[in-house]
Amino acid sequence: MIKGYEIVVGLEVHAELNTKTKIYCNCRNSFGLEVNTQVCPICLGMPGTLPTLNEKVVEYAIKMGHALNCKINRICKQDRKNYFYPDLPKSYQISQADIPLCADGYLDVMMGDGNVKRIGVERIHIEEDAGKLLHSDKFDGSLVDFNRCGVPLIEIVSRPDMRSSDEAKAYLETIRSILKYIDISDCKMQEGSIRCDVNVSVHKPGEPFGTRCEMKNVNSFSAAVRGIDYEANRQIEILEAGGTVTQETRRWDDQKGISVSMRSKEDAQDYRYFPEPDLLTIVVPEEKVIELKNTLPELPNAKIMRYVKDYGISHYDAEMIVDVVEKSAFFEKCIEAGCKSPKLLSNWILGEISKFMNEGRAIEDTKLTPEKMSELIGLIADGKISTAAGKTVFDIILNEDRDISSIIEEKGLAQVSDDSALEAIADSVLKENEKSVSDYLGGKTNALGYLVGQCMKASKGKANPGRMKEIILKKISG
Amino acid sequence: MKLYEYSACELSEMLRAKKISSRELTESVLDRAGEVDKKVNAYLRTDREMSLRMADRADKLIASGEAKSRLAGIPVGIKDNISTKGIATTCASRMLENYVPVFNATVIEKLESAGCVISGKLNLDEFAMGSSTENSYFVTTKNPYDLSCVPGGSSGGSAAAVACGEAVVALGSDTGGSIRQPASLCGVVGLKPTYGSVSRYGLVAFASSLDQIGPFGCTVKDVALLQDEIQGHDKMDATSADRKYASLLDNLNDNISGLKIGIPSEYFGEGIKPEVADAVMKSVKELEKRGAKVVPVSLPSTGYALSAYYIIACAEASSNLARFDGVKYGYHAQNCDGLIDMYEKTRSEGFGREVKRRIMLGTFVLSSGYFDAYYKKAKLLQKRIQQEFADAFNSVDAIITPTSPSEAFKIGERTSDPLAMYAADICTVTVNIAGLPGVSVPCGYSEIGLPYGMQIIGRKFDEQTILNLAYAHENAFGGFRRPEL
Repeated sequence: MIKGYEIVVGLEVHAELNTKTKIYCNCRNSFGLEVNTQVCPICLGMPGTLPTLNEKVVEYAIKMGHALNCKINRICKQDRKNYFYPDLPKSYQISQADIPLCADGYLDVMMGDGNVKRIGVERIHIEEDAGKLLHSDKFDGSLVDFNRCGVPLIEIVSRPDMRSSDEAKAYLETIRSILKYIDISDCKMQEGSIRCDVNVSVHKPGEPFGTRCEMKNVNSFSAAVRGIDYEANRQIEILEAGGTVTQETRRWDDQKGISVSMRSKEDAQDYRYFPEPDLLTIVVPEEKVIELKNTLPELPNAKIMRYVKDYGISHYDAEMIVDVVEKSAFFEKCIEAGCKSPKLLSNWILGEISKFMNEGRAIEDTKLTPEKMSELIGLIADGKISTAAGKTVFDIILNEDRDISSIIEEKGLAQVSDDSALEAIADSVLKENEKSVSDYLGGKTNALGYLVGQCMKASKGKANPGRMKEIILKKISG
Repeated sequence: MKLYEYSACELSEMLRAKKISSRELTESVLDRAGEVDKKVNAYLRTDREMSLRMADRADKLIASGEAKSRLAGIPVGIKDNISTKGIATTCASRMLENYVPVFNATVIEKLESAGCVISGKLNLDEFAMGSSTENSYFVTTKNPYDLSCVPGGSSGGSAAAVACGEAVVALGSDTGGSIRQPASLCGVVGLKPTYGSVSRYGLVAFASSLDQIGPFGCTVKDVALLQDEIQGHDKMDATSADRKYASLLDNLNDNISGLKIGIPSEYFGEGIKPEVADAVMKSVKELEKRGAKVVPVSLPSTGYALSAYYIIACAEASSNLARFDGVKYGYHAQNCDGLIDMYEKTRSEGFGREVKRRIMLGTFVLSSGYFDAYYKKAKLLQKRIQQEFADAFNSVDAIITPTSPSEAFKIGERTSDPLAMYAADICTVTVNIAGLPGVSVPCGYSEIGLPYGMQIIGRKFDEQTILNLAYAHENAFGGFRRPEL
């Protein structure tokens, strides 16, 4: 809420699907290849060519429909959206108009404060991507790269259910992680494989929705946040100054951090949609719809909620683990292998394991197994070895297929929890650090940490730090 | 008798018996074209060298016994809206004057693998839009029976070429009558096959849901021979029907005893020249004598069909022809001031009047606020027309009507009156709207010798019955009369 106004956001997300071939021809669907090499007469729209539907596209879209709790329109059609632009070789885009493949779903998103927000999904439809205009200093005018023509897209249209840029960001991130989880899109923002249009309006609570503006050219999730905030403020300023917001399409300029008007409602293009006569009605058998639902894995948003609820992990940590399929798969395998402390496990995954993964090494490229990781976590949780010793063990089992107990024995890493040994260490440390003792007694509580640290050092890291602290406290206060 | 004067079926036997070579035949046909095409203007392009190369290849196939098809070695003329790899495919439009496709239409692939010879590319109304071939950007084809008359259209080049022996058989395309009407006006046989039985891949689209490629021949047997070669499922065309296609020629049978023929009164009244209606009914009487039963049927929505047709066809055309924008191939206007100006100039200069008229009509009926009133209503009407045909076919095996309301009209007579021109399609459009097969066969001649045509309409995928009736009629009527030039 800004100045008593509520922000209303709706999002249209376009995601390129990672099918092997394009939607209406057999050209390879891949990014970054030499311009105009992944093309054929069909995706170039040469006279007389005809599209034939890649059925995988329908399957992928239905998977997303299930993931977003949509009703699947088993019988639907494709339509032509007519407009002229040089990157659109047929001068129409094959899309879906009045009957989308998936409709009326929703997505539950967990917000940072742990509350769950339900966002409605109006529809998901399939369509083809257009090419790309290129500009070169050496050439006066524009050039077209048609490689992207016919790359399959799904467009996911939300209901205007978001009330802040934070909610929009959470929604976008959840959509992205679902796309990755069900493996239907590469979700690379920088390659444009996921793009969004943002609809923003503002109103006073209790009053009807305000006039909305659509913002195009939002190329990253952080740009979406900036764009929404900018646009909401712009509209509020207009209203506060006694003006009215006009319905229009605006373009977000992320570099300048402003949105600029592209066209008003009156200038809106008439796309003259009509049923694509070159393609048959899509009819998906009931069994196929059910089969696709059954192949769906547990989705990331559900996983995050389960990790928080069942394992007591923070929402932030749960998100971080779930964000990478490999991490959450490893997390769950460790739990299955009997890992005693999910909390500790999550710290290790986000710490040491993420460290080597960030360097480009996969878990499966190491000697680490869920069983060994669970055993190691168990030893640390039980105080049998210290965290520092745990790291030594970890570095070894990462690269060698060795028994953990033999490593502990060989390196003498077992933690000392035997009170008589710990007391002896404490006595000598306290004697040598009388000043710290008096500091502590004088009220400097952090002197205790120093003393424990000295004891740990004296034990060469083998002392159980918790027990050590108790003994020191007993001795100096006693 | 010169070789070009024989029917394709006769020539096929002569070729396989090695009495003649494909080279001799091809030379004969091309010589004939060289002789008469100055008057008729059926061809837009011939390439003697290429045709003879194909003929030599066919001769080798026949000599080695590898020729599987009965069409091997036969020269076939191709309407110039069918994509031929390496051979300009212009659609008789300035827009595609210099366009050379990089791929073959499926029908061309089929003909080439059968060992056919392409005799050349044939004239048409620009983008197959018209009923007289006067809308060609390049040249107006003449009716070989009277050079002051039109050959019909849009496949006027195909019909005229076959009629005067410039091609043994030919391919055309039919969206609202573009095979049957010129066949009727040029006194030859033309078949519009069931929608989905011949692949449209490579046919430059006019109206995708109505377009269909089909054969022209001087005889019913020749039409069956060519249709046998081009029909069949094609995975490149989603609207192509995946089913078994039996040989029409092998099953051709003039025993029509017991077949029921429906006569719809709606096709014999207003707007139809009485002489044409009489000629058709006379032929029906002959069929009755040969054992067919004639029953009246009713197709009450016929009067609305022309409007529905022009709405649907133009709507699709406005979208199909949008790709000709000057960006990728074809005509590109010079001295343009920006993108929009380039689009406008390219399309204003590249398209002819009739094409622009239909693009505008189609754009209008699809535009927001008018879609429901026009396009949607036309589609509803299409459903009703389909249902009326389906009901009629519950009680009859075929329906007979005139093909064209009149014989060939004078060149220039209707160019300033598009509605009069559109009326030429009044008997044929319903067949496309319903997706049915229809064949036109000559059934009489006017006082000055201009042919009349009879249309026989069948059930979906029942080309056999209508060709059997056409064959029986042909035997009774006396067959093809070559025009004198």
